[in-house]
Parts: sequence; structure tokens; C-alpha cells
Amino acid sequence: MSDKLYGLMAEFDSATELVDAANAVREAGYTKTDAFSPFPLHDIDEALGVKRSILPVLVFFGGITGLMLGIALQVFVHYIDYPLNVGGRPYLSWPSFVPPSFELTILVAGFTAVFGMLFLNGLPRPYHPVFNVSRFALASREKFFLIVEAADPQYSYDETRGFLESLGPQEVFDVPE
Amino acid sequence: MRDLKEIQLSMQPPMVQGDHNYGTVSDKIGDVTLKRRTPFHWFIGFGIAFMIAQALLFTVTVLLARGIGIWGNNQPVGWAFDIINFVWWIGIGHAGTLISAILLLLNQKWRTSINRFAEAMTLFAVACAAMFPLLHTGRPWLAAYWLFPYPNTMGVWPQFRSPLIWDVFAVSTYATISLLFWYVGLIPDLATLRDRAKDKKFKFLYGIFSWGWRGSARHWHRYEIAYLLLAGLSTPLVLSVHSIVSLDFSVSQVPGWHATIFPPYFVAGAIFAGFAMVLILTIPLRVWYNMKDFITDTHLIYMGKVMLATGLIVVYGYAMEAFFGWYSASQYEVFMIKNRIWEGPYWYMYWLLILCNGISIQFLWFKRFRESAFWLFIISIVVSIGMWLERFVIIVTSLNRDFLPSSWAMYSPTVFDLSMFIGTIGFFFTLIYLFVRFLPIISIFEVRTLLPEANVHGHQQDFDESVLEVEYTYDRTDPPNK
Repeated sequence: MSDKLYGLMAEFDSATELVDAANAVREAGYTKTDAFSPFPLHDIDEALGVKRSILPVLVFFGGITGLMLGIALQVFVHYIDYPLNVGGRPYLSWPSFVPPSFELTILVAGFTAVFGMLFLNGLPRPYHPVFNVSRFALASREKFFLIVEAADPQYSYDETRGFLESLGPQEVFDVPE
Repeated sequence: MRDLKEIQLSMQPPMVQGDHNYGTVSDKIGDVTLKRRTPFHWFIGFGIAFMIAQALLFTVTVLLARGIGIWGNNQPVGWAFDIINFVWWIGIGHAGTLISAILLLLNQKWRTSINRFAEAMTLFAVACAAMFPLLHTGRPWLAAYWLFPYPNTMGVWPQFRSPLIWDVFAVSTYATISLLFWYVGLIPDLATLRDRAKDKKFKFLYGIFSWGWRGSARHWHRYEIAYLLLAGLSTPLVLSVHSIVSLDFSVSQVPGWHATIFPPYFVAGAIFAGFAMVLILTIPLRVWYNMKDFITDTHLIYMGKVMLATGLIVVYGYAMEAFFGWYSASQYEVFMIKNRIWEGPYWYMYWLLILCNGISIQFLWFKRFRESAFWLFIISIVVSIGMWLERFVIIVTSLNRDFLPSSWAMYSPTVFDLSMFIGTIGFFFTLIYLFVRFLPIISIFEVRTLLPEANVHGHQQDFDESVLEVEYTYDRTDPPNK
């Protein structure tokens, strides 16, 4: 185990304790923090000061791209590349282009939502320093964790450790890099 | 809005029974997958399903070797079992998306413990459905150029003015988005299994497929947004899919197909058939795997009610079809209705359909039947048969006697029609059995949010709460966070 630490991690038993601790950590001025819970906690966003994600904007533009793609494809096929007279209908018979364009809108927007979320989250990332703490396996089960990273400007080992211990956690762990 | 929602949520009965905490929820659902010993009944069920699936393999082999002449399709009944079965399967899939997307947007907490396998059911049903039109082309590898737009050596393109091409786009989008939705829901649960698995192989596999999920608050934030947006996208998608399937029929001129009521009537029928299939799967599953704490009697009652409501819409559709036929004053339409209901050779199919879809669901008005898992199971099977008969009635009775009596002909399926259909049922249950064995059948992290201890200062952490609505009350002048 190297001497360099990724940060300090505190373990809590309940969601309420975690949110209270996260509030305290934010109020103390720490910024490079993160919380881990076995299910989504809405109050934690506020407590940690998580910024609202840009994902909905990306998904909107993904949908627009899909729509444009659908229209462009069908106009190209039936108006530009291979105009085909079927029963005297207009070449640019746009009402019948609506369903495929709609489906492509949904398809591209859906892809953007999923892969945009994974990309913004920096996943896939099978290895991360937090996994070095053996108790962290419980983060996907029943325990709640709060981490202050060593990269935080206000971080100093003894002070931060003392502060985290004052929040009433089950235990405070060193997280090796 | 918030107040209304709080009231709405407080009126719903508890969806988790028994004494549970985060740990026991994780164990109870995760152990079905992680326990080394596979229950004996799993082998029996899987074995039977797998054997039946061989009928599909055999039929497809013969079909590709000898062509679709092995089926009973003829002129004028060119669309027969393959399209009946296609519509039947794709309809079944719709309940999965309804449960996972529409009920999520409507704040229905009871979706939480049934959405996972309802979505799995959707995927497998769509896989079965897609086989039929593909194999109906006879040589699917030669059909690609008129199904998908790609620059081919012949320089021709698909005809986008045709509902059949709309269908290709709708069904392939539906399959893709359903897969994404299902997989995104699985990621946190796969992480749970990764952290709990003792076996190195499984730990590795679950680790790969959970993409290194660690439950960070920032990740959850984006995760919920993505999930909610997917639900919002899936809702119009699912309505469009069966509407487009119905346009395959109603855009044509054939009496009995050319009806404006088709899109809503097909969508209601799809949800009706889908809930019947969800009940058929749920009722044995919750007994075999002892999941009654999560899939409570309330869940079954709700599904019964949805089945009754959608069933009544479908019955209204039958009534309207008959009314339109008469009101059109077109001799072909009037003849079609008479032919379908009492004069034609398939009149008994129509009455079987009314018995299965119209009469059987009336029992659901009574508490005694709604609250009995046994009767719900029986009614669901009857409804599944009824929905198959509905597609038979629409397709075969309309085609076999159309405009010119000189082109009338009878249709009867061959043994290959039957073996292909039964084979897909085997294939479907094979996939269901594999899913039950290797993946968590109930969404573990969503069930955790239902527990009272998940509340922070009394504030419920519903997964279905719109994250886009969360109010940010903290002072923006706080240290900016990266």
C-alpha cells in the first residue's frame, strides 16, 4: 500500500445520517467530496451541491439529430436519388415520412440518454480507488459512505479525519490511491 | 403539484410486506441468482421449455430449406399464422414498457417490483415477434435491401410510404430502446451482485456488465435523469409501435382491416394481452421464489384491474367494428361483418373470441375473482388465447372472403404453422428461465427506496420522483462544486 491517499471515507448507517454529514462537510467548505448510497437519494444532491446535469440538453439535441436524419434520409431516397411515381402521389409525400422520422427521433434520443449518462459518469471504469476499502462492498447493499478527496484544497489529513470523526460515522477509512 | 403527489403517494398501500431492511432485500432477491444450488423445478421447467423450443429450430430449418410453401398460407390468405403470431407477440411486449415507463411517469409505486421481469418479458416477446415477419420473407438474407435503407448494388431503396417499412423502423427502435431501458435498470443491481458474488467467475462477469458502478451521488443524479428521460421517450414509442402495426392493416383497402379505430384499439389490446402474460409469469414466479413480500396481493389486484379496463376498451372496439360495418352502408363492409359473425365459415372463432375476451373478464368486476391468484391465472390464460383469436379473426376472416367470390378460399394451418408457433412459446420460456437464473428478477435498488428507512427526515426518496423537479434551496454562493 502506497503512502499517498486518495482521500478519507466515512461510513454511515442511514440515509439521514449521510445527508446530515454531507451538509456539514459542504458547510465546512470542502468541495472535492462525494457520497455513495445503495439507492438514489435526492436530498444528497442538494447537500453536496451537485450541479444539475446537462444530460437533458444533450438528449434534446440527440432527438433533433434523429429527426433530421429521418427527414433527410427519406427526402433523399424519394425525392432526390430515386423518385418513383406511385399512383400519382407527390414525391415529397411528407405525411408518410412522419412515422420513420419519429422512430429515429426516439432512437437517437434514447441512445444519447444512455450513453450520455455513462459518458458523463466516466463509466465504464472497473477500477476506482474507493474499491480499495473492503467495507465499500456494502455501498451497493446497505451502507452509506462519504468521501473527502485528498485533492481538496482544504484537505489536511489530521484535521479532515478529526472533522469526519466528529460527524458520528461508524468508522473513518483511509482510501489508498 | 408536490402536494397532489404527496397525497397520491400516501393513498397507495405499502408495496413491501414483511420485516425488511436494505440488507434482507438485497439478499432475498440476489440469492435467487447467487445461490449455488439451482432449484429442481428450474431444471424441469427449463428442460420442458428448451425441448419445445426445438420445434422452432426444426421448423425454421425446414422452412429455409423448402420455402414458405410448408405453411398453409395461400391466395387470398397470404398473411396468416406468421402475422397473427407477430401481432400477438409484439402486443404481449407492450405491458412491459407500460409498466416500466408509463406507470413510472404516473408515480405508481406498484410498478417497482414487477418492472424488471416485465421488461425482460418485453424483450423476449419482441424477439419472438420479429422472427415471424423476417421468416415470412422466405429468405431473410435477401430481404435486407427492402427492409433497411442501405446503398445496395441494385441502387434501389425501401418504400417509405409503406406502413410495412414504418413497421420495420418501429419494431427495431422498440427492441433497441427496450433493451437499453432494461439494461440501464440492471446496472446498479449488477453492481450489488458483483459485490456479493463469492464465485470468481460470476464476480468478474457481473463486474464487467455493471461497468464499475459505485453508487456515487453524482452518478445517481445523472442516472435518474437518464432513466426518467428514457421513460418519457418510451411512452410515445410504445403507443406508436402498435399503432403502426395496426396501420399495416388499416392503410389497406380490405374490408375488416380498413378501419380508423384500429390504432387505439390495437394499443389497448396489446396492453390487455401484455398484462395477461405478466400475470401468467408473476403468479407462479412469486410462489416458486418466495417473493410474496415484494409482489404482494395488491400487485395482482392492480394488474387485474388494468386487465379489466383495457379489456373493456377492446370489447368496445369489437362493438365499433360491427357498428362501422353496418353504418358504412358499403355492401362489402356489411358482408364482412355478417361473414365474420354468423354467416362465414369461421363464425365460431368470433364467438370463441367474444367468450375469451369479452365474457371471461367480466368476472374481474368481483372481488372474489380479483383477489384470487388462481382465478387471475386462469382468466389470464383465457385472455391470452382470446387475443390470439382476435388476430386470427381480423386477419383470416377478412382475407378469406374479400371482394370477388371467385378469389375466395379457405385457410387451414399446417403442422409447420403450429410447430413454429408453439416453438416460439418454448423459446420465450427458455429465455425467461435463463433470465430468472442469472439476473435479479426484481429491481433491488428500487425496492430499497420503498422501505420506510429510506426516508431522509421523513422525506420519501421515491425513485419515480421527478429529479428534474428537485428544488435547489442551497445558496448558490456556496463554494462552486466541480
